[in-house]
Amino acid sequence: METLLKAIVFLPLLGAVAAGLFGTAVFRYIGGAPPQPAHDAHADEDGHQHFHYEGPRWPMMLTTGLLLLAAALSWVAFFDVVGGNTYKVVIAEWVRSGELVAQWALRVDTLTAVMLVVVTTVSALVHVYSLGYMSHDPHQPRFFSYLSLFTFAMLMLVTSDNLLQMFFGWEGVGLASYLLIGFWYDRASANAAAIKAFVVNRVGDFGFALGIFAAFALFGSIEFDPIFAAAPEMADRTMRFLSWEVPALELIALLLFMGAMGKSAQFLLHTWLPDAMEGPTPVSALIHAATMVTAGVFLVARMSPIYELTPFAQQAVLVIGAITAFFAATVGLVQNDIKRIIAYSTCSQLGYMFAALGVGAYGVGMFHLFTHAFFKALLFLGAGSVIHAMSDEQDIWRMGGLYQYLKRTWAMMLIGTLALTGFPFTAGYYSKDAIIEATFAAHTPLGEAAFWLLVIAAAMTSFYSWRLMFVVFHGKPRASRETLARVHESPAVMMVPLYVLAAGALFAGFLFKDWFIGQAEAEFWGQALYRAAHNEIVQAMHHVPAWVKWAPFVMMVAGVSVAFVFYLVKTDLPAKLANALRPLYLFLLNKWYFDEIYDFLFVRPAFAIGRLLWKGGDQKIIDGLGPDGVSALAAAVGRVASRLQTGYLYHYAFAMLLGIAGLVTWLMVGG
Amino acid sequence: MGESMSIGLAHYLGVAAILFTIGVFGIFLNRKNVIVILMSVELMLLAVNINLVAFSAHLGDLMGQVFALLVLTVAAAEAAIGLAILVVYFRNRGSIAVDEIDSLKG
Repeated sequence: METLLKAIVFLPLLGAVAAGLFGTAVFRYIGGAPPQPAHDAHADEDGHQHFHYEGPRWPMMLTTGLLLLAAALSWVAFFDVVGGNTYKVVIAEWVRSGELVAQWALRVDTLTAVMLVVVTTVSALVHVYSLGYMSHDPHQPRFFSYLSLFTFAMLMLVTSDNLLQMFFGWEGVGLASYLLIGFWYDRASANAAAIKAFVVNRVGDFGFALGIFAAFALFGSIEFDPIFAAAPEMADRTMRFLSWEVPALELIALLLFMGAMGKSAQFLLHTWLPDAMEGPTPVSALIHAATMVTAGVFLVARMSPIYELTPFAQQAVLVIGAITAFFAATVGLVQNDIKRIIAYSTCSQLGYMFAALGVGAYGVGMFHLFTHAFFKALLFLGAGSVIHAMSDEQDIWRMGGLYQYLKRTWAMMLIGTLALTGFPFTAGYYSKDAIIEATFAAHTPLGEAAFWLLVIAAAMTSFYSWRLMFVVFHGKPRASRETLARVHESPAVMMVPLYVLAAGALFAGFLFKDWFIGQAEAEFWGQALYRAAHNEIVQAMHHVPAWVKWAPFVMMVAGVSVAFVFYLVKTDLPAKLANALRPLYLFLLNKWYFDEIYDFLFVRPAFAIGRLLWKGGDQKIIDGLGPDGVSALAAAVGRVASRLQTGYLYHYAFAMLLGIAGLVTWLMVGG
Repeated sequence: MGESMSIGLAHYLGVAAILFTIGVFGIFLNRKNVIVILMSVELMLLAVNINLVAFSAHLGDLMGQVFALLVLTVAAAEAAIGLAILVVYFRNRGSIAVDEIDSLKG
């Protein structure tokens, strides 16, 4: 079993290294002539470039094969762990510096096993899908290498046994995310988005790093087991932070949550996620929907023994989660880019997960993470299929009526939408409704508020999801005739992953609900999740009033109905509404002006400081007094000295005469 | 010799000094052309020769006259080379005016 676990983690790394080092053109052309630019690249009438890939195919096959193997092994490990086993595989001693000890170990309990299954399965399917989606891209080996590298880093994150290893994985997925958002590096917007994602994540990582330091200062260890064991005794300790005395555990929990907010694109640190859609669509599905962005949820769930002791931090998680769910849903209502709609939906669903964690229902949050991975990856890959068919068109208002062209993609998107909106008996129905019930069952004022926010967000989720479906697939075709003539269903290699994910989106909730949130819940999670003795949210959740149970369904139906009326029956209504409520519409369309506010508050001052230091500090002072000043001085002296050289013969002769006279005088007087 | 004024070493040296000074001023004050400079150089060499011969006679040492002959040959060679350079220079620049020869001007 230990070998199997090691294989799960290291097979993706092997693929990444092999494909990245030996599969790319860089290696092939070392010491040889550089590759000629592709002559067969040509631009068609809408200026879109078509490339062909002529390199070897083995890097793609290798990485995909290894990932499929890792995914299969993960399911084996999952069912083994569900059987009650937990593992701790020590690979090496990583850091030993004084009291600071960090093992490089694989800690596999139920929580990790769930993540292993989610990460490797979605990753394997995305690899397969990319074989089709990226088949024309000239840099495929690099793409697949990054995908596998990401998977390895994510596996490092979820199998970590201490905060340091988790931070390593945390930064590793951040790096892979950066590389993949900027994969098409000749697009300025992709580079900007990649940098934005990296910088915004730095803000969260700053909190995460401080949290690790604080944990070490308090516990003298960064390994999970000692921390969890010692946490109850530390509940009353305080710690100095920025000149305040604050409860130490609350501080650690809040700092770690700051990291989670950055990685999971929560309210205030969410701005990078929609921009991350600049990356190829499979990347959006894998990293920015199913796996990496859920790392924050995993972190909070993993640290549940801490959060159970810190009511204030828990409330912060609940509030931020609920606000994110609501905020992202409102923005999603009016977006026009197919991927951005789904991106805001992801942001919103992550808010749901945090809301569940915030009321202590860790299993429920993880369950939503599990089901969300399937249907959100399905939606993204389906959207990718549409984009692929429409010659890279992403504006939903230039699609329309695609149902008759893309019947199978339509069916897949329909399943994803049903699951996302919580249609009865699909995956989202079990997990999302459970979250809404859990917030109600918390019976706290904040829980109540979160409940209403989430219920309203559920209606908006339904509205924007169905809006997307209706506008893209139904109504009159709005695309140009040339584009429509080229519309084609995606090849099998892209459709099969959709079928698998669709099966997950339909059945994952029904099949696993007893384990994750039902009767077998305590047994299933075992020691992986900790709930304080007074925390009976999971029992309370099942005994909420009937109207609470029905609320999400009613909201879902309301959302569908409104979307149906708006976009299929009276199609002039949305425009009229937008005109009548113009300020609100613009407010939502501009994403609550967060980008503008951040631009004003942070980006521009940062640029101003940078320019001051660059122009003033560096160019004027350092360069001016240093290299430039010295060279200018030498030039000035030279200019004066060169004026002595008149070029006239008689001046030189005169100088010689003076010299002789001087010399003779000296000899006569001094001699 | 008696009371008639005898011409001694000092007179020879005086003539030589005057010649040399004329040569030097010829170089400095000349603004016209390079041939004058060559001529001035020639004058200075002659002044030196007079010195050599005068001291040779005065000291009764032939070495000075031998050396004067050597200087004459060198002066002839120098004049030949100098004029040759001048001709080529004129062909290239179209002028041998001293004022216009200032390629080394800084």
